[in-house]
Amino acid sequence: MANKTAANEHHGFPWKHLIGFVLSIVLTLFALWIALGTDLSLTWILIIIFGFAFLQAALQLLMFMHVTENSTKSNLTSRVQIGNILFAAFVAIVIVIGSVWVMAAGHAKHDKHNHAPKTENHENHGSHGGGSEHDSGEHGSHE
Amino acid sequence: MAHAETHDPNTPLEYRSEIGRLNILGFWIFLGAEIALFSTLFATYMVLTHRIADGPALGELFEVKSLLIQTFLLLTSSFTCGLAVHEMRRHNVKGLITWMVVTLGLGLGFLYFEIQEFLHFIHEGANIGTSAAWSGFFILVGTHGAHVTFGIFWVTMVLIQVAKRGLTPATSAKVFITSLYWHFLDVVWIFIFTAVYLMGMVMHHG
Repeated sequence: MANKTAANEHHGFPWKHLIGFVLSIVLTLFALWIALGTDLSLTWILIIIFGFAFLQAALQLLMFMHVTENSTKSNLTSRVQIGNILFAAFVAIVIVIGSVWVMAAGHAKHDKHNHAPKTENHENHGSHGGGSEHDSGEHGSHE
Repeated sequence: MAHAETHDPNTPLEYRSEIGRLNILGFWIFLGAEIALFSTLFATYMVLTHRIADGPALGELFEVKSLLIQTFLLLTSSFTCGLAVHEMRRHNVKGLITWMVVTLGLGLGFLYFEIQEFLHFIHEGANIGTSAAWSGFFILVGTHGAHVTFGIFWVTMVLIQVAKRGLTPATSAKVFITSLYWHFLDVVWIFIFTAVYLMGMVMHHG
């Protein structure tokens, strides 16, 4: 990445942009094909299409948004920019995966003990207001 | 202000004033906050995606054709927006405005197809109140659409300023910041494309 100030490169043909554009189209179509045109298992499909999504996001940041570019002679600004975006991506991944994991794990546990006597208490609670359609309001889950 | 500074003649205009530099850096930090904002909407959507109550399943209504049209319009607009900044750095005001107008046109096209799609979903019995899953969908995708709408107005204003005042350190920093915003919307769309549409269709079809 060296000490590249925001200069040069911007004369002549915009190869960087063109390459970024072509790659993003290729990745988009490939992801679509993986998702709908193959018989891979769900896990593999998810891993591949999300891998492509992050790759494409990186392409945008590098090819179009010039995230590594510095406004001063020192490369402090690019380090702040990259560090900030990586941190934001980390926060985003924790929020999304954390939420999905916590909620999914919670429901699995709930389902498992659904018929155990211990949850009786729960069900009574649910049917208290709802009458015949107990459960649906309180838990919102039928899985 | 910036009078005493000396510059490499290659330094782009938008980085020549202290304010321009700080605004651009500040905007990067704002984008970090936007990533966090969208991540909460993605989390909500992904947690609720199977809670369809009596409404249709998400993947049931998604259509590849409409999805691809929207995706290519937005991808291309991100590319033309990059070309606009490229032209700006060659001090070509006409090129900048031309490519930005193309970008706006593609953005409007994207909005048109997105609204058509929303209307189609509502017609098929899936509105924001149908189920938790559809609420999550409309809030997430709608927030992105609202950002695009705002971006169209913002870019238009900045272009008017460029047309009036020409390229100065101030106006070029504004153009550069709007370009970051526009590319960012494309990044968000990539994840909507993957996490909402592709996942929705995969889950539904098998």
